Amino acid sequence: MLLLTCPCCGVTAEETEFAPGGEAHLTRHGPGSDDDAFESYMFNRKNVMGVHFERWRHAYGCGKWFIAARCTVTLEVFGTYPAQTTEPPPGIVEKIKAKRPEWEGYK
Amino acid sequence: MSKRLASGGRLIDRARPLKFTFNGTHMSGFAGDTLASAMLGRGQVLAGRSFKYHRPRGIVASGAEEPNALVGLGTGDRFEPNARATTTELFDGLAAESQNHWPSLEFDLLAVNNLVPQFLTAGFYYKTFLRPRAFWKHVYEPIIRRSAGLGRAPEAESRDPDRYELVYGFADVLVIGGGVAGLQAALAAGQAGARVMLWEQTAHWGGRAPVDDVQIDGQPADDWIKSAVEALEKMENVSLRLRCMGAGVHDHGYVLGNERVADHLPGASGPRQRLWRVRAGRVITATGAIERPLSFAGNDLPGVMLASAVRDYAVNWAVSPGRTVVVTNNDDAYRTAIALKEAGEDVPVIADAREEVTGALPQKARDMGLRIVTGTGVQKVKGGKRVTGVALCRIDSDGSTHTEVLDCDAVAMSGGWSPVVHLWSHCGGKLIWDDAQAFFRPDPDRPPLGHDGAGFVVCAGAASGAMGAANGLADAHAAGAAAARDTGATGDAGQPARAEAPEEAPLRQVWIMPARAGYALRMKMWLDFQNDVKVSDVQLAAREGYQSVEHTKRYTTLGMATDQGKLSNINGLAVLSDALDQPIPATGTTTFRPPYTPITLGAISGEAKGDLFQPLRRTPIHEWHEANGVHWEPVGQWRRPFAYLRPGEDVHKAVNREVLNARRNIGLLDASTLGKILVSGPDAGRFLDMLYTNMMSTLKPGKCRYGLMCNENGFLMDDGVVARLDEQSFLVHTTSGGADHIHAWMEDWLQCEWWDWKVHTVNLTEQFAQIAVVGPKARTLLERIGGMDVSREALPFMGWAEGRLGGVRARVFRISFSGELSFEVAVPAAQGRAFWDMLLEQGHDLGIMPYGTEALHILRAEKGFIMIGDETDGTVIPQDLNLIWAISKKKADFLGKRGMERAAMTDPERWKLVGLETLDGSVLPHGALAVGEGVNANGQAQTEGRVTSAYFSATLGRGIAMALVRRGPERMGEVLQFAGPHDARIAARIVDPVLYDRDGEKLHG
Repeated sequence: MLLLTCPCCGVTAEETEFAPGGEAHLTRHGPGSDDDAFESYMFNRKNVMGVHFERWRHAYGCGKWFIAARCTVTLEVFGTYPAQTTEPPPGIVEKIKAKRPEWEGYK
Repeated sequence: MSKRLASGGRLIDRARPLKFTFNGTHMSGFAGDTLASAMLGRGQVLAGRSFKYHRPRGIVASGAEEPNALVGLGTGDRFEPNARATTTELFDGLAAESQNHWPSLEFDLLAVNNLVPQFLTAGFYYKTFLRPRAFWKHVYEPIIRRSAGLGRAPEAESRDPDRYELVYGFADVLVIGGGVAGLQAALAAGQAGARVMLWEQTAHWGGRAPVDDVQIDGQPADDWIKSAVEALEKMENVSLRLRCMGAGVHDHGYVLGNERVADHLPGASGPRQRLWRVRAGRVITATGAIERPLSFAGNDLPGVMLASAVRDYAVNWAVSPGRTVVVTNNDDAYRTAIALKEAGEDVPVIADAREEVTGALPQKARDMGLRIVTGTGVQKVKGGKRVTGVALCRIDSDGSTHTEVLDCDAVAMSGGWSPVVHLWSHCGGKLIWDDAQAFFRPDPDRPPLGHDGAGFVVCAGAASGAMGAANGLADAHAAGAAAARDTGATGDAGQPARAEAPEEAPLRQVWIMPARAGYALRMKMWLDFQNDVKVSDVQLAAREGYQSVEHTKRYTTLGMATDQGKLSNINGLAVLSDALDQPIPATGTTTFRPPYTPITLGAISGEAKGDLFQPLRRTPIHEWHEANGVHWEPVGQWRRPFAYLRPGEDVHKAVNREVLNARRNIGLLDASTLGKILVSGPDAGRFLDMLYTNMMSTLKPGKCRYGLMCNENGFLMDDGVVARLDEQSFLVHTTSGGADHIHAWMEDWLQCEWWDWKVHTVNLTEQFAQIAVVGPKARTLLERIGGMDVSREALPFMGWAEGRLGGVRARVFRISFSGELSFEVAVPAAQGRAFWDMLLEQGHDLGIMPYGTEALHILRAEKGFIMIGDETDGTVIPQDLNLIWAISKKKADFLGKRGMERAAMTDPERWKLVGLETLDGSVLPHGALAVGEGVNANGQAQTEGRVTSAYFSATLGRGIAMALVRRGPERMGEVLQFAGPHDARIAARIVDPVLYDRDGEKLHG
């Protein structure tokens, strides 16, 4: 059971206090998008063995969504940041690069 | 014959005899005994029958690793299967029964399996039962069910009367294992100032050190242990728990522990067991090591035991297995020979696989006059239900000739030791093969990682591969000090204790005995006692192409029993490695999974049973329902009245009465569970336009609008009425089950996609009681109560108004889910019950009558209204339900719009909503399929529709139904065949789903 820190209220809590929300930094494709783009938005998810960016909601706390950068193999959490962020913050990217030199970026 | 020695036994109190029964035979032991030591003390070596061959099996070990001595414990409601006799503390009145015997332990019919073992080799499941196919159901399956499974489950009707607790704990350093290493680690961490928790799975501190006659800091181990425990008890930052098994190490320092508080105190007050859930900064596993058996022919006969277990029984409980031959590949087993000899027992020979035996312990044995034969192993053990003798042979031979044969009662075997690495491995800690010591040990450079990326598990003592008390204590001190430092403790960890123990010579790796044994011997060499897996099975698997240890495990079932291969794994993978002709580390280990030893379901569920299983949500009117004949229906965590039964009524009658009364007079529905979400802010209208398929921003204050919500796939997920409260706020009604997830859905989009929109949402569901006043006399009642103008002119259909009704602050929504003239009145939750009572009282002469959810369903179905969850199942789009009118064509975007445009969603062949009338007036079965022409690729009948709702309509006096049918609305009047039970076919005609008040006169009334 993971320990995560909510970047909105600052609380470090048990995984059961949070609700998972799947892959982060997706781009919504609505009306007018072609079938491939829409399919990719709806269904094609990364299945990363390594550094992963995922959405979590502090469901039994402040209720805010946030994003966690986490290694799916070692479970190391590199950091969490608010959901209102379009790409991983530089500080977290630097931290990941330092620990995982082979990391190819979040895209 | 095993027996109790006249003196000795450091754990037993001879002044306190205890009575118990085994298979109904009365026996006695002493306080401090385990069930196993008491049985052995009484000469009861035979403990059970084996799983597959029903071979007689005896006690092998003295602790958690015991594979054979599993018993059914207790009777009636307190019956518990698969209890290990070696870890069951004896108490007065204990009743145990052996398992896997049929009909009795002494005489077992299924032991015939033993005579035809070639049918039960590795993978026999896959090979034996294939043909003839017809045999499966009537021959193979009944036999397998009769013989499969360990023990028997408690009776279905029994209810465990004991209490179990879940407890949370927090520690800087959690030390698992209370042997001398665990005590030393806890001392170091505690002295350094860390918050320490120390768990020991048995009832005693100190582990094996006292049995092995170790001297610590110049005193006997027992004395050092006593003073260490006293020192720890004095530290305020340290807590100690006996009988608490570290069950599993999970992500980020989350550890489960099973504390057997009162298993040995039946009937004591308080909980029987506790399940600890601890978050620890650092976890130290001081879990020791487990001795490995040796693989020789007949190594499973009752009387063949681990050498360390023989020593434990002799020293701890003053029990001797009788005349004992010791067979070993290492120095440690000499301690057993010495202990038995010192206890006055007969050890005719020590057979050592090594050619040169020079260590200090063998020398001591020699000095005591014990005979040692080197380069020698066991050819085979002699005996039927117990050991009667042993034949020895040259270790490097093929075992065809023996060197000598001896009479004996027991064989004490030692194949070396394996560190208990389970807890280290649970969360990803890696192992390395230590060839000199012939075991896998934790690789300290590859520990399981915490959330901060640092290793959070440290091993101490024998668990880390530091064998012997001297090494172990130094290692444990370092582990304790480091763990404390990692968690921020700054105090002085003190100095490690010093232990003195004889130097031990290296062991010789021996995996089967003798080394070149033929098939006849190998098929009598057991690896996994509990699952009956032999050396020959693993070798067969290798010949059949199994290379991965994980595959071999599943094919042979090696290590898959309740002991999870504590004794068998290393021997098994060594045999596999040899068969594959590769080194052991190339084969690797199987995965270690929690729990370390089984935990009862009672401990896992704790208090979460009965009324406490999950919280119950009650509406403000719940008590009234309860007092008035309610038949409940669970709706999520709510309870809603399904119907109210009057004296002499069954549910069906009650429902019909409620339906008719709502149509004729007034019905009252407790609709408080309906989701109520306030959506406000400058962008609230824009936001609801995205959420709903239709336009909400154009709704005028004072008006209501029905709307549909879809997910991005375009599938319908919720529906309900939206009321515009003012320019910037809307009250969104969701389904009863949808309130929480729709609120979460809103927050998801507002926080993660449109975070610059100014919208605020609040879930007000429980703030209001909501009561639907339904029926032709509804307006009369509200006017009688008075306070608000509820006339058709002032409050037309789909309008709402705020005011006071009968003095109670109320919002009145003029909406209808029944097709009748209907008002839904929301009042503050605290006044809900009073308002309900007022309506009942004032409406008495108008024929007012509450109705439940079943009447609600029937009323809406008569009217052709859909119900989320009945007409929808997560694959239905609004178009399927003929709700095109509720999908805006003006809006550029809304959630689900793109999804609905996909080819599959616009396919004219989609199943669409229709009404159904059975030709015979009967009620169609819920979910019945419409049978089409021909068969599909699997030879099954084609289907072209299914019933989504079906009821008896009291209003119409016959069965009605709604269904999704291929091209349904185009096929009005067509008669379809629906599949009923027992191949029956029920004919039903496709009709308009609106069966009642088609013109809406009553609705708009």
